[in-house]
Amino acid sequence: MKVQSAMFYFPEEVIEHIFSFLTHHPDRNTVSTVCKAWYKIERLSRCEVFVGNCYAIRPDRAAARFPGLRSLTLKGKPHFADFDLVPPDWGGLAGPWIEAMARSCPNLEELRMKRMVVSDESLELLVHAFPNFKALVLVSCEGFSTDGLAAVARSCKSLRELDLQENEIEDRGPRWLNSFPDMCTSLVSLNFACLKGEVNLKSLERLVCRSPNLKCLRLNRAVPVETLAKIMNQCPNLEDLGTGSLLADQFSEAYVSLISALQKCKKLRSLSGFWDASPLCLLAVYPICANLTGLNLSYAPTVQGQDFINLIQHCVKLLRLWVLDSVGDKGLAVVASACKELQELRVFPSDLFAAGPATVTEEGLVAISTGCPKLNSLLYFCHSMTNSALITVSKNCPNFTRFRLCILEPRKPDPATNEPLDEGFGAVVKTCKNLRRFSISGLLTDQVFYYIGKYAKALEMLSIAFAGDTDQGMTYVLNGCKNLRKLEIRDCPFGDGALLADVTKYETMRSLWMSSCDISLRGCKALATKMPSLNVEIINEWEAEMEENLNNGVAEVISNNNNKHINNGNDERKVEKLYVYRTVGGPRTDAPDFVWTL
Amino acid sequence: MSPPLVEHNYMGPSGALSTEASSPDLRQTELRLGLPGSESPERKQLTLELLPPSAKGKRGFSELKKDGGPSGDNLGSQGKEDKANKGKLEEKKPTGAAPAAKAQVVGWPPIRSYRKNTMAITPSKNKEDAAEAKQGASCLYVKVSMDGAPYLRKVDLQTYKNYRDLSTALEKMFSGFTSGGSAHVGPTDLINGSKFVLTYEDKDGDWMLVGDVPWEMFAESCRRLRIMKGSDAIGLAPRGEKSKIRN
Repeated sequence: MKVQSAMFYFPEEVIEHIFSFLTHHPDRNTVSTVCKAWYKIERLSRCEVFVGNCYAIRPDRAAARFPGLRSLTLKGKPHFADFDLVPPDWGGLAGPWIEAMARSCPNLEELRMKRMVVSDESLELLVHAFPNFKALVLVSCEGFSTDGLAAVARSCKSLRELDLQENEIEDRGPRWLNSFPDMCTSLVSLNFACLKGEVNLKSLERLVCRSPNLKCLRLNRAVPVETLAKIMNQCPNLEDLGTGSLLADQFSEAYVSLISALQKCKKLRSLSGFWDASPLCLLAVYPICANLTGLNLSYAPTVQGQDFINLIQHCVKLLRLWVLDSVGDKGLAVVASACKELQELRVFPSDLFAAGPATVTEEGLVAISTGCPKLNSLLYFCHSMTNSALITVSKNCPNFTRFRLCILEPRKPDPATNEPLDEGFGAVVKTCKNLRRFSISGLLTDQVFYYIGKYAKALEMLSIAFAGDTDQGMTYVLNGCKNLRKLEIRDCPFGDGALLADVTKYETMRSLWMSSCDISLRGCKALATKMPSLNVEIINEWEAEMEENLNNGVAEVISNNNNKHINNGNDERKVEKLYVYRTVGGPRTDAPDFVWTL
Repeated sequence: MSPPLVEHNYMGPSGALSTEASSPDLRQTELRLGLPGSESPERKQLTLELLPPSAKGKRGFSELKKDGGPSGDNLGSQGKEDKANKGKLEEKKPTGAAPAAKAQVVGWPPIRSYRKNTMAITPSKNKEDAAEAKQGASCLYVKVSMDGAPYLRKVDLQTYKNYRDLSTALEKMFSGFTSGGSAHVGPTDLINGSKFVLTYEDKDGDWMLVGDVPWEMFAESCRRLRIMKGSDAIGLAPRGEKSKIRN
């Protein structure tokens, strides 16, 4: 008490100064709850805000609270939207946020969005409303076109960063690159690798010429080797490069100039792209491999076998590697022997239909874990896995913070013993005390959830598919994982019992997703009734029902007339998709007709 | 039942369909606006035989289908879910153990659609191989808009084999959007009393009527679809005309 009253005698400026040392946003969130005075000081001095679920708060409320905002990060659709489990037009609109910021936060400089729908109009508004706007990062977004990019290029005078990662961008032609101002730009980072269309190569070269600060440049597939070489000659200070198409003839001028250009880039630390890479062009890359810390070959199925081995054995300082499984266990063994500093590995499947021969197995993973003890982040797609391999891996690498294993065939047991993989995944949670993100697959019973609930105390995000036997599985997780923020479940036999086992838990979490499980409308309604601070949304396409009502001329498909469907008496119907999240914003006002908020 | 809408009969000299040019074939491109599901097979439940018997739930697992080959992906499992397609394409099929024909599950394996779409056309940029590569491509998404509808849909052209499949699917998808949702819609009930025609934007950015060229050629060059009011569609060049102008 005495200490607290002493704080009141400090002038606001002092408290504000103290707060300025708090950069971690959860800490700032916490101090703002201490008292009204601190709330006010904190909110007026806050520069960065992270909104993990754009529907957790109304945009205008967030904007009004933090008028000094400079950097905003927003996430929209649930994670499983990446895998097409969320219908189009679900929501996640950026427009209301940009409009709210435009009204209340004129100092906005950076906007990062993930899984949101952004229109060209919103992009126009963005660059006109914020005179200091500097950085736009869009990840897995959609709804805009190259016209929107042109608006950003044209009107944003101090643009430093334009980073487009894996977005669905409508291509309206290559003119957008011409829209950058004629004088020198302040561009530091430009990533348009996800654009599918043609690029005006001359414009690109000219742009690079007048962007002396460029450190990160990721081109798209339409950029040929000739242009790449020219560009690299212009930017010897490049640190992060995403190549375009790496097809070139041995004796071509393009190839020769690429070699000499690459050798000049002494600061290059990260490489990606490698579209259509020919073995020859890979040769050109060898001289810079020794300094690489990041390498992304996951879009380069042509880089495999001996070509891959020849390349990777030079990459002794590699921290981050993304590859396709076509490199095989053999390739991974070479990674294990060469890349001793490796921290992050992602192995993506090259053949999605599992028709080809198995290319990476548990052997590759064990080899990696043996050779790379610093590994802390893993995403591994494989055809099979054994318990003993997982146990070995966790012994070798106790530092995992992110562990995601996807066995391509759902519910596949350990092929050596025909048992579930409970023990293997259990070993991971027992050993890796810092595990924050976990995705499991293969044949799994409730036992693995028992382990997770018991040991995974630091776990924040858990993704489950085709696993478990009874409600108890999910209950173990809800009861045990104290730090759980996001839980996403698909195709598991968890029902209303599990859903309602600990309803207050969901208030401590960002969100819960359940699809193709065993929950009913009754259970979801019960949840909604007990927890008014949550939005309980179901996504359903009960077509048969709608047809019936249409026959009677009763329902309109377009209108948001949910009550008729929700309250027609049959609460035992199974709910196909459930998305529950805590919010202070109340039910969504922009929910489409297939999303029903209970 | 409302009489079927008739597609405008622009059968140019180069239209490959001209050899079969007879009115019944035009039905392939007709847009019908009957009751939703009026022509679709009954909705059946699918079960994955690999499931242990303890699997519960009416729809214990997402719709599954047998994959006839790399390009067959009728449920759009590699892309956005589609109400109409689900209704149309659910079938009860045995899930074989043969690796070449493994059942596919919606949204599995968990790979971002961007990556799936990109990898599908990665094998070769070479134009000659591109067609071949597209045979093995997992999906080819185009947006479909309908004049007056509140939002767009997306369809995977790879999931259809011919114009008829496509138009049936589109009918179901958009049947609810005409004149306030009433299911019994005839040509005269539509806005302004005009009929609807199906058009597409091709690789060159030109808007063409659907139906003039062989299906494969259409699927390859189509970038987006638009269900236009018939009154707006007058003046669209048939493909034959366009190639004449080119030459």
